[in-house]
Amino acid sequence: MRNAVVERLTELAENDDKLVLITGDLGFGVLEKFQKRFPKQFLNVGVAEQNMTAIAAGMALEGHIVFTYSIGNFPILRCLEQIRNDVCYHECNVNIISVGGGFSYGSLGMSHHATEDISVMRSLPNMTVLSPSEPWQAAQCIDEAINDPRPSYIRIDKSSGGISKESGQKFQLGKANIVRSGQDLTIIATGGILKEALEASDLLSKKGVECRVIDLGTIKPIDEMAIIAAAKETGGIITLEEHNKIGGLGSAVSDVCMDNGVLPKFFVKMGMNDVYSSVVGSQQYLRGHYELDSSAVVKQTLIALNK
Amino acid sequence: MNTEVLAAKVRRHVLTMTHLGKSSHIGSILSMTDVMAVLYGEIMSYRADDPKWSDRDRFILSKGHAGAGVYATLAECGFMSIEKLKTHCQDGSDLSGHVSHKGVPGVELSTGSLGHGLGVASGMALSAKRTQKSHRVYCVLSDGECDEGSNWEAILFSSHHKLDNLTAVVDYNKIQSLAPTQETMALEPFADKWKAFGWNVIESHGHDHKSLKAALHKNSVITDMPTCVIAHTTKGKGVSFMENSVLWHYRTPQGEEYEAALKELDNA
Repeated sequence: MRNAVVERLTELAENDDKLVLITGDLGFGVLEKFQKRFPKQFLNVGVAEQNMTAIAAGMALEGHIVFTYSIGNFPILRCLEQIRNDVCYHECNVNIISVGGGFSYGSLGMSHHATEDISVMRSLPNMTVLSPSEPWQAAQCIDEAINDPRPSYIRIDKSSGGISKESGQKFQLGKANIVRSGQDLTIIATGGILKEALEASDLLSKKGVECRVIDLGTIKPIDEMAIIAAAKETGGIITLEEHNKIGGLGSAVSDVCMDNGVLPKFFVKMGMNDVYSSVVGSQQYLRGHYELDSSAVVKQTLIALNK
Repeated sequence: MNTEVLAAKVRRHVLTMTHLGKSSHIGSILSMTDVMAVLYGEIMSYRADDPKWSDRDRFILSKGHAGAGVYATLAECGFMSIEKLKTHCQDGSDLSGHVSHKGVPGVELSTGSLGHGLGVASGMALSAKRTQKSHRVYCVLSDGECDEGSNWEAILFSSHHKLDNLTAVVDYNKIQSLAPTQETMALEPFADKWKAFGWNVIESHGHDHKSLKAALHKNSVITDMPTCVIAHTTKGKGVSFMENSVLWHYRTPQGEEYEAALKELDNA
């Protein structure tokens, strides 16, 4: 997914000399092509995320469209105050690319597991929060982020959801994609973990349970209509994310339901149960360990439906 | 513009603003008033009637708690009415205690949490370099603020990128929030630290306008090096009982103390 992002940035930099890509000394084997072709639009600030974000704000205030690049929590947590005060308050067109959402860097340990990022970013006024589920979506995300003058947070997963570009789906800011039709319940997922939702819906279909599956690529601003329709038209809602249950996708969806007075018949938030991940393993292993894989979704669905 | 006259006017404004707004930091504001007066009265290029003029020199106050000093200077230089200064820290005002850009023409960056300004200023200076612009970027920091590691990231960055269009001015009054800087977190040898990071360092008397003008003059710039002016200042400068006192970092001038301070400034 990260390669698709950098490829798209490289294409766009060709025609827009205002576009600047700043890295906090990460992106080995990924950023070289951009750096070589557009040295004046590239910057490696070294291992200094606070300064990376402040520099980005300063350049954006001068009219540049800036992308900051790092992995997992690094481009958002140490420099959170720079994001809040310098970027968001000043409504800078600074777009934060975080490579490695959720358990993407599963074997590297808790420091590299981004499991509170959505929660933190969506609470910032002026911040758009994007979480594509496919490389082709991630590329389209870049265009959307540029066209949106507000700051954005772009969560780049290592895994993919399993929706091909040929499906006719398109990544549109603020718009959810319904990737599977059904009426018994709706599973809403964000990022590569969509794959688990789709697999679960296949398994459930064999048991006579038909799921609507929503790929929610924009967490903020959220597609309220898609969520309200899911709550009204299907038998309940399950949210699925590689993220803490507090403040993430599930919370965002439940906010929409409560704010609009539309209560689904059941509501299950699947995510990290307010814990840090102290075990390591592949992304797939960790999904299983924390009961966020397809079989866990099937299990939760059957419990919710009393089957 | 006579910078001494400007400084005297600003001192009077900020005393009244902190009095009316019942706000803190008068010591920190008086400390940097002469730096502000020299920058806006003589050094910087700007158009008060066109605050976003693209060739303007940029000014960032990183020690945002001295916001009243920026507002008063901007008002005296024609960016807003003098009348508006009375709203400082009042209900519904956009003149917040810590400097804010929203609704305030001439303010480039809102600050208040320390350690933010120099990084943003560095980004602006790099942008100017890369787009072949000839304006300069000025950033005023406090001494206590130099405890923040983010500043040293920006200090490394600016010399690495040879940002000779950037000037940092440290308001070195040697007193921070609770105690003298040397007791709290020793900065000395301060100039040597900046020099070791690759900066052109100029030490200046922070209340002597001739000294400040020489330090801030473009002739003091060295090609390919950012400039740091260490302005040796006195906290609370201009009001005898506020000078060199930690108390006046927080105490607000009220009652007899306000009257006495006003009298001193009027008789100066």
